Amino acid sequence: MITVYVPRDSSALGLGAERVANAIQLEAARRGTAIKLVRNGSRGLYWLEPLVEVVTPGGRVAYGPVRPGDVAGLFEAGFLEGKAHPLYQGLTEEIPYLKNQERLTFARVGITDPVCLEDYLAHGGYRGLRNALAMEPAAIVEEVTASGLRGRGGAAFPTGIKWKTVLNAPAGQKYVVCNADEGDSGTFSDRMIMEGDPFVLIEGMTIAGLAVGATRGYIYLRIEYPHAGVALNQAIEAALQAGYLGDDILGSGKRFQLEVRLGAGAYVCGEETALLESLEGKRGMVRFKPPLPAIEGLFGQPTVINNVISLASVPIILDKGGKYYADYGMGRSRGTLPLQLAGNVKRPGLIEKAFGMTLRELLYDYGGGSASGRPIRAVQVGGPLGSYMPESQFDTPLDYESFSAIWAVLGHGGVVVFDDTVDMAKMARYAMEFCALESCGKCTPCRIGSTRGVEVIDRIIDDRDRAKNLALLRDLGDTMLAGSLCALGGMTPYPVLSALNHFPEDFGEKSVAQVA
Amino acid sequence: MTQTEWDRDAVTEVIEQKKSMPGALLPILHGIQDRIGFIPEDAVPQIAKALNLSRAEVHGVISFYHYFRTTAPGKHTIRLCRAESCQAMNAESLETHVKARLGIDYHETTADGAFSLEPVYCLGNCACSPSMMIDHEVYGHVSPQSFDAIIDELKEVAA
Ligand SMILES: Cc1cc2nc3c(=O)[nH]c(=O)nc-3n(C[C@H](O)[C@H](O)[C@H](O)COP(=O)(O)O)c2cc1C
Ligand code: SF4
Ligand code: FES
Ligand code: FES
Repeated sequence: MITVYVPRDSSALGLGAERVANAIQLEAARRGTAIKLVRNGSRGLYWLEPLVEVVTPGGRVAYGPVRPGDVAGLFEAGFLEGKAHPLYQGLTEEIPYLKNQERLTFARVGITDPVCLEDYLAHGGYRGLRNALAMEPAAIVEEVTASGLRGRGGAAFPTGIKWKTVLNAPAGQKYVVCNADEGDSGTFSDRMIMEGDPFVLIEGMTIAGLAVGATRGYIYLRIEYPHAGVALNQAIEAALQAGYLGDDILGSGKRFQLEVRLGAGAYVCGEETALLESLEGKRGMVRFKPPLPAIEGLFGQPTVINNVISLASVPIILDKGGKYYADYGMGRSRGTLPLQLAGNVKRPGLIEKAFGMTLRELLYDYGGGSASGRPIRAVQVGGPLGSYMPESQFDTPLDYESFSAIWAVLGHGGVVVFDDTVDMAKMARYAMEFCALESCGKCTPCRIGSTRGVEVIDRIIDDRDRAKNLALLRDLGDTMLAGSLCALGGMTPYPVLSALNHFPEDFGEKSVAQVA
Repeated sequence: MTQTEWDRDAVTEVIEQKKSMPGALLPILHGIQDRIGFIPEDAVPQIAKALNLSRAEVHGVISFYHYFRTTAPGKHTIRLCRAESCQAMNAESLETHVKARLGIDYHETTADGAFSLEPVYCLGNCACSPSMMIDHEVYGHVSPQSFDAIIDELKEVAA
């Protein structure tokens, strides 16, 4: 029987994948052809979604983007034998966008049936956990430290060091919390993992539990990701049934229980302490640090809190060793980063690569330039709190230190592309507006400063007292940078001031070129 | 003001089912909103009592989160993405079209009760911007034309 893959990834569904899957079933039935239809995750080649794959003796062959109306023609052309058709993309694995990647964390995404445990096991799943079960907790932590893994949620804090603090904290109950709030605009890697390979996150959290002595885990999932919730809960149930979770993990006597909890549309709840407050059933107000969550976290107990990608990178580290992972990357940025290319770009998608590729390679070699065909003028890297970068910075290598050296951030790896029709004063205004909307309200620079910021930028745009208001905007930025408790207020100046510094002409100032 | 009718048994059921969970308030609020579409103001005392909280605390939590609502929504809730990636792909002109077509602004419901409109800040669908979500489904590459077609189809199903 021929196997056909149609993604269940929510972006693919958003482009009609469900209707395509139904059309394929119907057409196969009509022709009396038996097929096995598997709903996989997305390969991350989003300009080709819905991407339909057919298993042939030579490998998986891709067709895309497939609309329901294309299905009859695909059958007619013999796509079940991998034959030619205008939507034919060749062997999936040979598509350069995919072939040139280094997929460690995303090794199985798009390949397997996300909620099939057997498929997960057949593709190297749970090898990391088996190794971890034979190791002392300190040795697991040591392996993660050796990998050089730094938190992929934004702050890039070394994961091994965080785990060590929790391991050494004495307590009756410890927790592992997964930050699946993925609020950063321009990012979707967490979603792709949860929808496309939920077991890898579950395995990573289980290993984290063994490493620090935590028996309970929570996944704090944003409400905007219902499909991820379904996939996670199916996978948790399957893992529980098969003894990979629960009171006696694979007969080791070790316990780990896992539960999905839903957020409620507050960006600040992605901040780790606000997230913990929210999990406790409160308003998502940011906590003062110290104490660190590693010492006093959820319900006052020592807590590991990590991003989805950080945790999903742990299984391969425990499977192949910390050194294997650390051999990828550059400088102090070890391993790979799943980049998410979005906005006005011809080939948007998920690109997992070792740190060190330049932004330009990402934008043009992978992205193929803008979708509109106009010149790329600005890119925002690292979410809504990340700097806007002009073309003169496109040769910056994608690594944490190179970015911080030019007052930019990699954050969670989102890259949003704008063509030359963008108005950067408007984008700066939006950044302030977003901060005002999402501020938890605990500190004045963030709560009041952002509202002032919107007003000041409005006056600049209207050309009222421009010089005075530009000075005021910079002052506001400095106040927010210095006086905010968390990065929402503390980093909103990044998009605002980078827009002003690199694109002064949009604020009625002389352009950078004119000044030089 | 007339009180909107709502299913008290459903609320009681949700509260009883979830009140002993650690950190039960958000799961309860979600449960109620899932069942009846919103969290009625006059359910607050019951929630507060079950969790041993003050009414003000429960109110504070409901009002903190953008997702929770205290009034009945339309039959379908449309969440239109306003964030950067969608902006880069003309979300603003789409927004103008959507508001004109529905004849409402954000946080409003159409007179026939068919649609509520809410802004959202990223749906994780940025590779297929501009995006929106209707109820639990995401839509990508939304254009004014495709928006109209989707809305018309939903109305037909309802009719
Ligand atoms: C306003 C704000 C929003 C954040 N949102 C997220 C988020 O959605 N997901 C995430 O993993 N980290 C987010 N973070 C970072 C977390 O506070 C924290 O650093 C992270 O969960 C730690 O995990 P990691 O070390 O694995 O990155 C946010 C931080 C701030 C200040
Ligand atoms: S910076 Fe803003 S979001 Fe962060 S703690 Fe202060 S008020 Fe809250
Ligand atoms: S479908 Fe594969 S394990 Fe159930
Ligand atoms: S910015 Fe609109 S879906 Fe992400």
